[in-house]
Amino acid sequence: MDKHTIFVLVAMLLAALTTTLGSIGPAIGQSRAIISALDAIARQPDASDRISRALFVGLAMIESLAIYCLVIALIILFANPFSKFFTP
Amino acid sequence: MDNNEFFRQIVFRIGPIEVTTTMLYSLVVSAILIGLASVVHVLMARRLSDWQVAAEFLIEHLEAIMRDMSAGDPRPYTPLVVTLALFIGVANLLGLLPGMRAPTADLSTTAALAVVVFLAVPFYGIRARGLAGYLRHYLKPSPLLLPVEVITEFSRTLALAVRLFGNVMSEELVIAVLLSMAGLLVPVPMMMLVVLTGIVQAYIFSVLTVVYLSAAVRAEKAPS
Repeated sequence: MDKHTIFVLVAMLLAALTTTLGSIGPAIGQSRAIISALDAIARQPDASDRISRALFVGLAMIESLAIYCLVIALIILFANPFSKFFTP
Repeated sequence: MDNNEFFRQIVFRIGPIEVTTTMLYSLVVSAILIGLASVVHVLMARRLSDWQVAAEFLIEHLEAIMRDMSAGDPRPYTPLVVTLALFIGVANLLGLLPGMRAPTADLSTTAALAVVVFLAVPFYGIRARGLAGYLRHYLKPSPLLLPVEVITEFSRTLALAVRLFGNVMSEELVIAVLLSMAGLLVPVPMMMLVVLTGIVQAYIFSVLTVVYLSAAVRAEKAPS
C-alpha cells in the first residue's frame, strides 16, 4: 500500500467514526429533552405551546452538534487541506 | 471536486464575476416572494381578496410566534425576521423542484444570512438602549466574562450559518445518494421529510434571530 491508499483509508475511517460518534451524543441529548418535554406537556397540557417552542429551540441547539460533526466528516472526505501532500 | 454536489457550480461568467447556481436560485426565490407580495399589494387596492386574507393570516401567525418568543414588543424587528423566515422557507422548498438546488445548501448563502443577523443585533440593541447601554450588557454580570460574551457573539453566528447549511445540504445529499443507488420513486419519502425539515429550519433560524434580537434589546443573557 502506498501513502495515498493509506491516507484515503484513514480519512474514510475517521469520517465514518466522526459521524457515528457525533450522532450518538446528540441523539441521547435530544431524547432526554423530548422525554422531559413530553412529561411537562402531560402534566400541563395548557402550556404545550410554550413548551414545544422551547423544545424546538433546544433541539436545534443540540442538533447543531451533530451537524458540526457531519461538516467535519465532509471536510475530511472532500475538502481535506492535507490531501495535497498525499496525492500520487 | 469542482463538480461535487455540495460545491458551487458556475453557470456563466460576467467579466470577473462567476455566476453560480446559488446566485441564480436566490434571485428566483426573491422573484417568487416579490411577485407574490406585489400580487397581494395590487389586489389589496381594490377589495378584500383571498390573497390578502392568506397573507395577513401568515403575517399575523408569524407575529404571534415572535411575541411569545421575545416576551416584549416584536414590532421593530418584524420586517427583518419575517423576511428571513419567508426567504429561508421558500429557498429550502425550492430544492424539491426538479433540476433546482436549494440556495441554502451553499455555505455562502447561509453565512450571508447569519452575518445579517450578526449586524442586526447591535443595530437594534443600540437603537433601543443607546451605545453606552448596549455596550454595558457585555460587562454584566461581571467584566471578567467579557471575552466569553464576545466569543459567544461569533460562535452563535457560525452556528446559525452551519446549522442551516448542514441540514439543507445533508438532506439534498441523502436524496442524491438514494437516487443514484435506488430507483425513481425511492427518495420520495425522504423528500417529504425535506418539506418538514425545510420549514422547521426556517422556523428555528427566525426564532433564534428573535431570541438574539430581543436579548440585545432587553439586555438579558441569550442562550448561545
